[in-house]
Amino acid sequence: MAIVPRHTLKKGAYMREIKAELITQAVKRMCINANTVLPQDVRHSIKSCMELEDYPAAKDSLKLITENYEIAERENVPICQDTGVACVFVELGQDVHVIGDIEGAINEGVRQGYKDGYLRASVVGDPLERKNTGDNTPAMIYFDIVPGDVCKITVAPKGFGSENMSKIIMLHPSDGLARVKEFVVQSVEQAGANPCPPVVVGVGVGGTFDKAALLAKKALLRDTDDVNPDPKYAKLETELLEAINALGLGPQGFGGRTTALAVKINVMPTHIAGLPVAVNLNCHVARHMTENIK
Amino acid sequence: MTPIEITTPLTRSDALSLKCGESVLLTGEIYTARDAAHARLLETIQKGERLPLDLQNNIIYYVGPTPPMPGRVIGSAGPTTSGRMDSYAPKLISMGITAMIGKGIRSPEVVSAIKKHTAVYFGALGGAGALLAQCVESSEVVAYEDLGAEAIRRLKVTKMPLTVIIDSEGNNLYERGRALYLEQRRKTVGEE
Repeated sequence: MAIVPRHTLKKGAYMREIKAELITQAVKRMCINANTVLPQDVRHSIKSCMELEDYPAAKDSLKLITENYEIAERENVPICQDTGVACVFVELGQDVHVIGDIEGAINEGVRQGYKDGYLRASVVGDPLERKNTGDNTPAMIYFDIVPGDVCKITVAPKGFGSENMSKIIMLHPSDGLARVKEFVVQSVEQAGANPCPPVVVGVGVGGTFDKAALLAKKALLRDTDDVNPDPKYAKLETELLEAINALGLGPQGFGGRTTALAVKINVMPTHIAGLPVAVNLNCHVARHMTENIK
Repeated sequence: MTPIEITTPLTRSDALSLKCGESVLLTGEIYTARDAAHARLLETIQKGERLPLDLQNNIIYYVGPTPPMPGRVIGSAGPTTSGRMDSYAPKLISMGITAMIGKGIRSPEVVSAIKKHTAVYFGALGGAGALLAQCVESSEVVAYEDLGAEAIRRLKVTKMPLTVIIDSEGNNLYERGRALYLEQRRKTVGEE
């Protein structure tokens, strides 16, 4: 396909040009900041859970969790030593033209961020040979083409203590809502102390096998204190959070009310024969950071 | 509850005295090892070769710290999920280690080894790497430097806050703590 020079575009057509270096700089900055400064929404959720917690040992754990992120910010050290695989979500406006290699630019940002930020290289190349790539690349990159001329990038470093405890199931339509709820609650219960509770629970319902998992992962990008715009799902999120916090696992799994900080559900249409459900868990160090690149 | 102060090396009789749910402040030398280092240690044992560290009465901390910033001893250094070391741990316990520090569920085989050899499983606060790093006075790579964050390090720690999750009788805080909380809640709800 021929490249159309800008001056030959039809009147009214417009492309925003973004240099790939700008993307590298933004990704680098976000890798470092996301790993050292816990987002405000997660802090709010921890604080409100601390007020509701009625078990002394659990309250003590939540105090230490708070102390930990305060030390991290003050001393400029990562909140958790598992600085994660860098999950990078790109919403690329269709009227944006990136000058250069966008994927290369993102990986370069991860490389620089993890090196200059003294973050841990936690990625192995071949999953069976298991040799560390040394610079935390490649990032897990997700592209969405959206209307407009903005390039929105979210960096969410994801630890694997929680990732390993995530689950997916292909339910039958006849299983219905009751089985969906049961699967979500059971997934958290079976994960126990492994994913570093209090957890954030990302749920994806619908789509296909892979889309359900992606919905669950994207649900984790929502602020923990936001409210689902669909009242039906807002109610379901509250119900599931209450059911999970009745399990008694508590912070660290040592008992208590606060097993989860939030439950977030993202849904999409699916096939007449299916009801895929995915549960992606995140620990209390629920890192996510977003910038609009212009 | 006032934490119990303990120092390394941790003998079998020290391990015997620690009970499920107790808070502990640990001072002394401990060794770090996670997935890749465990695989190598077991390979060395199978080959009948000499191990790069003495296991007797020593403690293994399941951690892969972040690199230290200039002028600092260590980066962030919280526990990783212990369950991934379950296939290796019984052998190391039988060869002399008296404690493991990590987070998360252990297999029945590990619990059996803990009971049989009078060892203990400590929990450190998962996700609190910045806080736990403050207890680390020194860090020195003693083996497998090529593994980077996964190398075996000797850490000198001072008053590292831990909780006894599984004691030498096999009592498990994950079961006990949850049951205690649920019991308390049932009572509270009953009173209302």
